[in-house]
Order: sequence, then C-alpha cells, then structure tokens
Amino acid sequence: MSYSTVRDRATTRPVTSAPTPQRTRRPRRRREGPQFRGLVSPHTLTTTRGKIIYWVVMSFVLVTFTAAFVFPLYWMFTGAMKSPEELAQVPPTFFPETLNWGVWAEAWDLLDLGLFLRNTLLYAAGAWLFTLAFDVAAAYALSKLRPVLGKLVLALMLSTLMIPPTVILLPAYLTVKDLPILGWNLLNTPWAIWLPAVANGFFIFLLKRFFDSIPRELLEAAQIDGASPLRILWSVVLPVSRPIIGVVSILAVVNVWKDFVWPLLVLPDSEKMSISVGISSLSAQMPQNVLIAALFIASVPAIVVFLIFQRSIMAGLTAGSLKG
Amino acid sequence: MSTMTVKGSRRRSPGATRRSVSRNLTAYGFLSGALICFAFFSWYPMIREFILSFQKTNFIDPPEWVGFENFATVIDDSAFVSAWANTAMFTLLALVFGYLVPFVFAIVLNELRHARSYLRLVVYLPVMLPPAVAVLLFKWFYDPGAGLFNQALDVFGLGPLAWLDSTDTALLSLVIVSTWMNLGTGTLIYLAALQSIPSELYEAAELDGAGLFKRVWHVTIPQTKLILLVMLLLQIVATMQVFIEPFLLTGGGPENGTVTVAYLMYQYAFSFGNWGGGGALGLMLMLVLIVFSAVYLRVSRDRT
Repeated sequence: MSYSTVRDRATTRPVTSAPTPQRTRRPRRRREGPQFRGLVSPHTLTTTRGKIIYWVVMSFVLVTFTAAFVFPLYWMFTGAMKSPEELAQVPPTFFPETLNWGVWAEAWDLLDLGLFLRNTLLYAAGAWLFTLAFDVAAAYALSKLRPVLGKLVLALMLSTLMIPPTVILLPAYLTVKDLPILGWNLLNTPWAIWLPAVANGFFIFLLKRFFDSIPRELLEAAQIDGASPLRILWSVVLPVSRPIIGVVSILAVVNVWKDFVWPLLVLPDSEKMSISVGISSLSAQMPQNVLIAALFIASVPAIVVFLIFQRSIMAGLTAGSLKG
Repeated sequence: MSTMTVKGSRRRSPGATRRSVSRNLTAYGFLSGALICFAFFSWYPMIREFILSFQKTNFIDPPEWVGFENFATVIDDSAFVSAWANTAMFTLLALVFGYLVPFVFAIVLNELRHARSYLRLVVYLPVMLPPAVAVLLFKWFYDPGAGLFNQALDVFGLGPLAWLDSTDTALLSLVIVSTWMNLGTGTLIYLAALQSIPSELYEAAELDGAGLFKRVWHVTIPQTKLILLVMLLLQIVATMQVFIEPFLLTGGGPENGTVTVAYLMYQYAFSFGNWGGGGALGLMLMLVLIVFSAVYLRVSRDRT
C-alpha cells in the first residue's frame, strides 16, 4: 500500500504489512471525507461564534508554530550573516544591517565542512547499503526459509530492543577498538559505523513482519518454476516490499545522520569526523557568526531531505512508534 | 497404521534430507551477515557490560575480578546521587513538557481545517535537525547577554535569566532544548491515533450533552489510551539516556547540576579512565531501563 496521509496508518498499518498483489497504487492523497469530524462538530463551525473561535485558534496556532519552529531557523540564517559586532548588540536587530555573504564560504573553509559532509554521507550510505543487504536477507531467511533454531535467532535479535544503546556504549566501544577473536581495531574506519548499524533488532522486526504477510502462494509459484531462494528474494519478495524497504532505508540513513555519541567515540580523528561531531568539536574556537553559519549549513541537507521524503519519513515515524 | 506414518515421517528419504540440509545452509548463508553484526556489536557487548562492571582493567595488565568494588566506588562518588537525581528530574520535567504538549498540539491540530500540512511539516522540522546542531543553536539562544531568550524576555519586561549558568535554570534549559527537538514525533503519532477515532463516538457524546473537555476526557483519552501508554514508556526510556544536552551545553555543571547518569558513565570511562566504574553505572542504568523496555514491548505487542 502506498504511504498515504498520516490518518490512514493508525487504523490499517499499511506500511508494516504486505500488499495484496493486485492493488498497485492508491491515489497519493485522500481528501478529508465529509464524514470526518473531530472533537468539534461541523455544525458548530458554521455558527458565527464557532467561526470566530475557530479563526482565533487557527491564527494563534499558526503564529505560535511559526514562532517556535520556523523563527529559530530564520534567526540562525540572519544571525550568520550579521557581523560579530551586530551579533553581540543589545537589543538585537531583526534584519541584519549589512548582509555578510562571505560568512558561508568562511564557515565552509574554517570548519572544513566539505570534508565532514562527505564523511557523513559516506557513513550514511554505507550503513544504508549494509543494513539493506544483511537485514533484508536475514529477515527473509527467518520468515520464509525457516531454518533450524530460526525462532531462537529471532528472539535473540529482538531481545536487543530491550537494551537501550547508551547502556552498552562502553563495551561496544571496547569491542570496536579490539574486535574479539579477530583483534581488528575499527576505530577511525567507516566500518565502526556501518557494521553496528546492521545490528538493529527493530529493522529485523519490521522486515520480518512484512515478509510474513506476503502470501505463501506467491513464493510457491516461483519455487515450482525452479527459482532459487536468492532469485525469489530478488524478483518476488523485494518488488512487493517497496514500502517497508523505503521505511527501513530512511530510518537507517536518518539514524546515522543524527547520531552523535557513537561517532564521537569511534571516529575521534578530526579527518574522519561526522558533521555533528566535527562542528561541535570546533565550536569553541570559532567566531559566533561563523559557527552559526556552519550550524545552518549542517541543517540544510536534513531539511532538504525532509522536504523531499516527507511522506515516507512520516510513514516511518508511525511504523517506528508501534514497535511491537 | 498410525505408527507407520510416524515412522515414515521420521525416516525421511535421502532426497528430503538433502533438501532440508541445503535449505538450512541457504538460510544461514542469508543470515550470516546480520548474525555476525549482532554477535559483535550487540550480543557480545551486552555480556561484556557485565564483565566490565565486575572487573578492574587498564587494558595493559590482565583484568582482575573485583566483585562489587566498582559499584562501591561509583556510589561513593558525590556526583552519583546528583546524576541520578538530575536524570530523574530531567525525565520528569521532560514528561511534563514533552509528553503533554504534543498531545495538546495533536488535539488542536486535528480540529483545524487550514494549513494542515504546513503545521505538520513545521512541527516535525526540528526532529530532522541533527541533535548536535539543535543543541548548539540553543546554546547561542541561551547566551545570557545578547541571546534570543533573554532578549525576548526583555520585551515583556522579564529576566534576564542566567539559563545554563545557574543551578536553578540549567536543568530546565536542557529540558527545553530536548523538548523542542523531539516533540514533533509525539505530535504526529498522536495525530495519527486521533484520526482513527470514529466520529460516531464524538457525535454520541455531544448528543449526551458532553462539553469540549468532557469529550476529550471521555472519548479522546480512552480511545488513545494504549498509544499514550506506549509513548510514555518510550519517552521515559529515551530521556533517561540523556547525554548530548549536558555534554554540549554544560559539561555537567554548574556544581554537578546537570550531570546525568549517561554523562557520568562517559566521564568515568573517557575522562577518569575508570572503565569498571563506567561499566557499573551502565549496568545500573540498564537494569532500570530494562524494566520500562520490557513493559513497553509487552504493551505494544498487545496493540498489534
């Protein structure tokens, strides 16, 4: 099923169960039907008093939300373009007196943002690839091939959901520093981000639940035609699993992009830092306006990605909230 | 006859055995990548967490079992009580703000008929920012001199507040950042839950003469009870791990006023080099959080 508006999901959880094959794509957005109502009845809203209250609340919400969530971004953007003196001025100016466009290049060079952004992109892309390759294969094996001890493996993987990441931070760091048996040191290598990203019980859970709901007949038909398990995964399972793959992809990338503590520990080399860690490690030495410009530059990719993938991100959000 | 079939099924033909072996081999081939990752980066660290907290180690000499000595050291630390008190206070304050506000937002947003997608988008925007960026942004807003917050208070003739520099407001300041960057998630999840409430329930309640607040109390809340509970547990688990806010904003100060358990754990390992003490703190936090996680998993399984 498609990622439709937020309202569908709570009732039907379409993202987390497989589509019936014949239903391809629903219209992307459904209009609110006339039957919809919330707390306030549609009738109340047609009265003059109802209308006045509605518009008062409406404007209040609009102003508050804009002030709380958009204004900080505006303040960040204009703050970056003010001169350091203007920035320290009391009371502050709403519009910058002079626009200092040079600050963007300055921040880019001083903080080496290009390097940090490239690093972060590399970490996110690798984590995404490994997560998809390993977790999809694993969930498929657990769901459809059902090997001996498969239930135990699944239980062990899901049990990691009970352990919040922070509490095993130290032993995980020690493991990455000196991998048991192999003795490898993964610090300052992308592997320190990529491989731990795969060990995500929630992804296994989401994928397996989705694969479980793919009708058996679909796979049996391919099996009778002599398709190998890999072939079945590639040509039958994956094409119908696009929604859940989308959700897992986005969660995997966003997790790496937003993470701070783990890259802080395992990538201490300033050449290898992710954008969040890089900016915060240099923040103390930077002039205020340059730091703010860097913060703004670091927010741009996240905002752009969000605007593009809004629908899937919000779909992933509800899938994420109903772990279980 | 029946014994025959049992025997027959037990003694499979060679072909069936071979097929089953090959199916298992294929399955474990598919599982291998994930299994290796889980083994190294999830299961082994869990076990190591226990080992770590009962050992003394400097990574040069062989580690030494010391029983509960690490726990004793940590508990004796004057920061220990502060860390737990601050973590509890942070969690509580974050609940007051971060738990109620999104629910109220969702209820209000659900009634509005205009600019719906704009409002939804905007409330989720901070969630997309990398937390470090949001936290550093607020560090600037909290600046006691020209910071946005003191300037805004000044417009109303209030303040100035010392924000991060005073023991009275530091922890609250951390809660504000944390709430700002996370409340979009809750809002959108509640919004989804609210939209699944059948209209008839509201109509019936209205016919029975229930006012606005009575409708919230008797229809909205009972209908979203489960998701409210799930989110409550989820938020407790998430906020008790608070680290990045004290790490970037206050460094635990002033006067240990914002030291949290996770931050103290980090300090023990990376600043004091006492990994056993850090492990002990981690284990204590784990035991507390596992209770909430277990209840959470139980509750959310019932839902789906």
